[in-house]
Amino acid sequence: MTTLTLGKAINEGLRRALTGDDKVVLLGEDIGELGGVFRVTDGLKAEFGAHRVVDTPLSEAGIVGTAVGLAYRGFRPVVEIQFDGFIYPGFDQIVAQVAKLHYRSRGNVRMPLTIRVPFGGGIGAAEHHSESPEAYFAHTAGLRVIACSNPADAYVMIQQAIASDDPVLFFEPKRRYHVKGEVDETASLADAKPMGVASVVASGTDVTLVTYGALVPTALDAAVAAADDDVSIEVIDLRSIAPVDYATVEASVRRTGRLVITHEAGQQGGVGAELAASITERCFEFLEAAPVRVTGHDIPYPPAKLERHHLPDLDRILDGVDRVLGRPNSLSGVEA
Amino acid sequence: MTPSDRDATGLLTRPDHFVQLVSPTGERRSDPDFDPWVADVDAAALSRLYRDMAIVRRLDAEATALQRQGELGLWPPLAGQEAAQIGSARALRDDDFVFTSYREHAVAWCRGVGPAELLTVWRGSAASGWNPFEHRVAVPQIIIGAQALHATGWAMGAAWEGSDAAAVAYFGDGATSEGDVNEALVFAASFDAPVVFFCQNNQWAISEPVGLQSKQHLARRADGFGMPGIRVDGNDVLAVLAATRTALDRARRGEGPTFIEAVTYRMGPHTTADDPKRYRTDDELADWRARDPLTRILALLAATGTDADALERDVAEEAGRAAAELRAAVTTIPDPEPMSVFDHVYAEPNSHLARQRDHYGRYLAMFDDADDTSGGAR
Repeated sequence: MTTLTLGKAINEGLRRALTGDDKVVLLGEDIGELGGVFRVTDGLKAEFGAHRVVDTPLSEAGIVGTAVGLAYRGFRPVVEIQFDGFIYPGFDQIVAQVAKLHYRSRGNVRMPLTIRVPFGGGIGAAEHHSESPEAYFAHTAGLRVIACSNPADAYVMIQQAIASDDPVLFFEPKRRYHVKGEVDETASLADAKPMGVASVVASGTDVTLVTYGALVPTALDAAVAAADDDVSIEVIDLRSIAPVDYATVEASVRRTGRLVITHEAGQQGGVGAELAASITERCFEFLEAAPVRVTGHDIPYPPAKLERHHLPDLDRILDGVDRVLGRPNSLSGVEA
Repeated sequence: MTPSDRDATGLLTRPDHFVQLVSPTGERRSDPDFDPWVADVDAAALSRLYRDMAIVRRLDAEATALQRQGELGLWPPLAGQEAAQIGSARALRDDDFVFTSYREHAVAWCRGVGPAELLTVWRGSAASGWNPFEHRVAVPQIIIGAQALHATGWAMGAAWEGSDAAAVAYFGDGATSEGDVNEALVFAASFDAPVVFFCQNNQWAISEPVGLQSKQHLARRADGFGMPGIRVDGNDVLAVLAATRTALDRARRGEGPTFIEAVTYRMGPHTTADDPKRYRTDDELADWRARDPLTRILALLAATGTDADALERDVAEEAGRAAAELRAAVTTIPDPEPMSVFDHVYAEPNSHLARQRDHYGRYLAMFDDADDTSGGAR
């Protein structure tokens, strides 16, 4: 075991992928000489060369679109979108090309792209630097969407994403880049948990709390705090947003009867909406209460001094837990 | 005779002067920069280029007829653009890779795409008609200009692998306004990618004239991106062949991309769903009919000792047989199985789609007892 930060764990995962397959190439803005604005690709250009770790012109459509052409040529491109809010110029290439080419070519053309996206807020950044656009991509057929929450998962999941023959949006919780954890760099990828499988990161019996990315540690804090109040929370780190591992979530809800979903992204049309609907469809008779969503507001990401009023935090999650339990909460007495 | 234009590095660039080797009336025009590139094209080779153009024109007309008769859902005719497509495609090597839009039927035909493969998409029977790796032609691209980036990426990869193969991006005048095309030009120039940007300026993007896309010759844009631009008579198959050969040679030598503006005309509608009478005049059509790509080659061949009447007759017979094959092929395209709607969305197993597929299969199976013709969930 090695102690690594989450960012360094991704760096080591990328290094291992570059070493193991010479068709793996990294493309992005500032990823070569600088090592990325978050230093996630630090040292890789020096080690693997300018044709494996490529500093590109400032064009997200260009980065993704040329990666499509590289995939046509047999490469396995790993694309870095510098910040979540910068992905939109590349949106057309992602949803109209990357997502569809395997289907459009009747399985002849594979698009084994990994699109890395540092996402989420909480770092006091300027506008367009703190967004959570994952639902756009979860809505798009042909893509897989995953998010890591800790160094051990980050190290494995980035390699799984690169090895996948399907295109993967890989969301990195940027405010957790510096969180440290134990990583087993000797473990075989074949033995690792598949990237589509969720993790039960805390066991509990009263409420199932589902989240992913940067809010996983917050959800774990909520479980500890609730335990003081004799409420037992089971925390699930979804890891995969598309597809969702419903088997794991459903098994938990069948035991707890209560579901709370929390994410930084807005509520409308979000991952939580899909989870609430699907779980209600799948195990309505086991639910003791309507599922509760604790999410960012449906607003443009606010200025830094307001982001604590936008992002779900420990107390807002606990308030959501109170709501699902029918205990006194912020909405007590409010007509639904 | 046109003066030689070379940029500071000695590369041939011709953004303003119109490269033309065969005039509309069939006179051979001399051009010292481009003549050497087609010095090997004798009467027999020129006859073959004529044959190509005549056959694809006939196939195109047949496909339009098939659409009118309800056999195809839609067809985007290439009529008028035969020289631009044949001249460029015949310059290619087998190991080059072509990324087209949706109108390059002649390019696909040159690359060995068969009649049924060509019509599959337009019949609505499948998402694509051929395996891109068999013919080295990507699946047709409907999103305007998106393929320019794919060609550039492919070319970057080819160069990194030490190959001297090149990519060609086909797109139209309308696509030059798209970000993707401009971004492709930036990337290709920055990485010296072995790619040819082959713009068929057919004067119209559905109803919008090229003047709405650009206030100057499209080939002049090349200079701003740092690559040679060549403006060629796109209805002159010999000039197009020469221009594409120079560009491919430059790409193979590792000197990077070239932008070719092939000035041509879409004689038909944008697609069979379009009515060009609403936006252009009969005079304009007549003007371009006088610049037809096929008649000028017949005239040149006749003037240089070939029995052009016999050639025209023989090729017409051959084209007729090809059209009959196309017509026969359309009904051989299998109708897709209902459950194949779920095929190939992902390369790997996907739990979400597997469940949806299962549920829809159960739904279809309900009809099995009542009606054996429903297709069912098998």
